[in-house]
Amino acid sequence: MPNMSLKKVPAPEQKPEVRNKNFEEVTLCYTYEMAVTEAARCLNCKHRPCVGGCPVSVQIPDFISLISKGDLNGAFEAITATNSLPAVCGRVCPQENQCEEKCVRGIKGEPVAIGRLERFVADTHRALGAQRPNKIATNGHKVAVIGSGPAGLSCAGELAHAGYEVVIYEAFHRPGGVLMYGIPEFRLPKAVVLDEIENLKALGVKVETNIVIGKLFTVNELFDEMGFEAVFIGSGAGLPNFMNIPGEALVGVSSSNEFLTRINLMKAYDENYDTPIRHSKNVAVVGGGNVAMDAARSAKRLGAENVFIVYRRSESEMPARTEEVHHAKEEGIDFRLLTAPVEIIGNENSTVKSMKCIKMELGEPDSSGRRRPIPIEGSEFELEVDSVIIAIGTNPNPLIAGTTPGLKTNSRGCIATDDNMKTTREGVYAGGDAVTGAATVILAMGAGKQAAKAIDEYIKSL
Amino acid sequence: MFNITFMKHLNPLVVLMEIEAPFIAKKTKPGQFVILRIDEKGERVPFTVSSTDAIKGRVTIIFQMVGKTTRMLGALKVGDQICDFVGPLGMPTELSGIKKVAVVGGGLGCAIAYPQARYLYEHGAEVDIIAGFRTKDIIILEDELKACSNKLLICTDDGSYGEKGFVTNVLERRINEGAGYDCVIAIGPLPMMKFVSILTKKHNIKTIVSMNPIMIDGTGMCGGCRVTVGGKIRFACVEGPDFDGHQVDFDEAIKRLSTYKTEETQMLDHYCRLNGAV
Repeated sequence: MPNMSLKKVPAPEQKPEVRNKNFEEVTLCYTYEMAVTEAARCLNCKHRPCVGGCPVSVQIPDFISLISKGDLNGAFEAITATNSLPAVCGRVCPQENQCEEKCVRGIKGEPVAIGRLERFVADTHRALGAQRPNKIATNGHKVAVIGSGPAGLSCAGELAHAGYEVVIYEAFHRPGGVLMYGIPEFRLPKAVVLDEIENLKALGVKVETNIVIGKLFTVNELFDEMGFEAVFIGSGAGLPNFMNIPGEALVGVSSSNEFLTRINLMKAYDENYDTPIRHSKNVAVVGGGNVAMDAARSAKRLGAENVFIVYRRSESEMPARTEEVHHAKEEGIDFRLLTAPVEIIGNENSTVKSMKCIKMELGEPDSSGRRRPIPIEGSEFELEVDSVIIAIGTNPNPLIAGTTPGLKTNSRGCIATDDNMKTTREGVYAGGDAVTGAATVILAMGAGKQAAKAIDEYIKSL
Repeated sequence: MFNITFMKHLNPLVVLMEIEAPFIAKKTKPGQFVILRIDEKGERVPFTVSSTDAIKGRVTIIFQMVGKTTRMLGALKVGDQICDFVGPLGMPTELSGIKKVAVVGGGLGCAIAYPQARYLYEHGAEVDIIAGFRTKDIIILEDELKACSNKLLICTDDGSYGEKGFVTNVLERRINEGAGYDCVIAIGPLPMMKFVSILTKKHNIKTIVSMNPIMIDGTGMCGGCRVTVGGKIRFACVEGPDFDGHQVDFDEAIKRLSTYKTEETQMLDHYCRLNGAV
C-alpha cells in the first residue's frame, strides 16, 4: 500500500534552543517504523528519474523497496554498489538539487526523503555491528592516492577492491579531509568518518598521515623511488580566499578554514583540548555556502550572542543546502542578505570592533548565471562585531601542481583533466575539488571512482 | 609516534631536542620548519629545524619554553614519544649567490639562523654572525656559532658579556666600517627584525627575515599565518617563513601574534598550578 502523504516523515531533531549550545548531531536517524512509513511513499515509478539525479547513480528505487521488505542488508548492498560512503552522503548531499529534485512525488508535495532513508540504512548497518570487510589479495601493483578526503577515499576503495596495493598520503594528522576538518560534528559525527576509514584499512589500504606530498615526497619520487605505477591526486581545494578589503589582518579576522579546523579537527570547543579559539560575543560570517552556515552555527555554539550571515545576494541565490539554511535560522543566526562588507574596522589594539557594510541590489546575471549584486550608493552602515569569519570560497592548494613537472592547471589552480580524470602527466589522475574547485562530497566520490577505473585500465595497458 | 633521541637544556628556558624522523631528516633544508603535536589533545605547533642528521635519521629543534605546549615539551625525556611530526614545511632560505653575509640573531633567533649561517660558511661565503642576548646567562650555541663564522660578535643588553648594546648597534658599526655585506639575514623577535630592516634599508642591503606567526596546519589551508608583505597577503607557511624584511608589515605581525594572549596565559597558569611549577 503506497503512502500517499504529501509530506515527508519528519526526522527527529534536537530542539534549536538546545542544540545551538552543543556540538552533538542535530538531525537524528529515522526509527525503523519511520523509515518503512517513508519508504512507502516511493511509487517505484518506471522511469526512475531520481537515479539520473544522483551523481553516482545510486539505484534508489531498489534500495527503498528493500527497506519496505525489511531487508536492510540488501538495501545497504544496493546503495554501496555505487556509493561507498552512504553514512556521509545521506547526511551531507544536497539532495534537493539531486535525487529529490527529480522525484515525482515532489511535483504535488514533498519528494521522498531519499537522503534520510540512505542515512537510515547506513546507520542501522553500522549499529547492528556490521563486520569489517575482508582483506583483498593484491595483484602486485601499487597506486598512491594523495589526500584522504572523499575523492581519495573513494578512489582507494575502488582500487583496493580491484586488487591494487593502495597507500593514501594525508597531510594532516587525522584522515578524512573536509569530512574531518570542514564539516562540523553536529552535521557529520567524526566517528562515522573514522569508521568508514577503518573499513578501507580492513580491505588492505594503508593510510599514512603527516605526509605532505609536494614537500616530503614529490609525485616524481612516488614514481621513480617508491615503486608506484599510478598516482591519484585528491588534494582538495583548501586554499582560502580573502576579500582584500582593508582590515582583513586585524586580530579577530579568520578564514572559515582556520575557524572550522580549530573546532572540528582540533576540538578547540572542548577545554580539555589545547588548541585555543576566540569566544566572541558578536560574529559576522561573510558568505552564503555550506561553509558559511557551518561557521555561523559553530560560532553560535561557542557562545556568541549575535551571529550574522553577511551575503551579497538574496536567499534564493545562496549555494548552501536548504536544510542548513533552515537549521541556521532556527538556531538564531541573523541573516543579513543583499549586504556586502566594505571594510573591517579595528580598535586601538588592532582588534576587530565593527565591519562597515553596504546594501546591495540584484542586477543582470554574471558569468555564474546568478544575478550580479550591485552596491546601493549611500547605504553604508556599521555592524558591531568582535570577530569576522571569511567563508567566500576556496581554491586548490598550489603545492602539488608546483612540484610536479608537466601537470597543467587552470588560472584558479584547478588541475586539468580529460573525461577520464587523466591529467597532462602520464600515470597521474585527479578528481574532486582539486579539479573542480570547491564542490560537494558526492561529486568528489564520483570522480574518485571514475579515476580508479581509468587507473585500472592504464596499469593493465603497461 | 616519534621517538625523542636526545635532549639538552641550553639555558634555563631553551631546550635542544633531537627527534627520530628519517624521511624528514633527509629532506629538510635550511630555513624550513616542522609542526608537531605532543599528544591527542595537543595543539599543532611549528618549530624551525636547527639541524638534521640524514644518516642517523634525526631532526634537531631548539625552542624556548614560553607557554604550556613548549613547557610540556621541555619536560619530556629521551625515550618519550610525540604523536605527530610533519615536515619539511615552508620554503628553504634562498641562499645561492650570497658572498658576504651578516647573520643577525636575536636570542633564540641565533638557533634559528644557525642552519643558514652554517650552510653559507660551508659553501664558501664570508659569514659575520652578530648574536644578541639580554644577558650572559642565557647565551646559547656560542661554540657552534664560532665554528661557522669568520667573525662572531656577541652583544648583551646589559654588557655582561661581549659588547654592550643591541644587534642593530653592532650591525650599524660593521656597515660603517665598510664590511660590504651583500645580504643580511635577521632572525629574532619581531621588533628586532623590524629595526634591523629599517637600518639595512637605509644602506640598501638586501635583508631576509624569518617570520614566526601563529600557525595551525602549516600547509596553506587556513591563512592563520598570513603576513602582509609589500601590501599583499602572503602565507608564511607556503611562501615563507622567509620574506624581504623591507617589505614586511612588522607592526601588524606583532599585533597578530597576540591574538590568543588571554587563552595562552590561562592555559599556562593552569598547567603550572597542576604541575606545582608555581
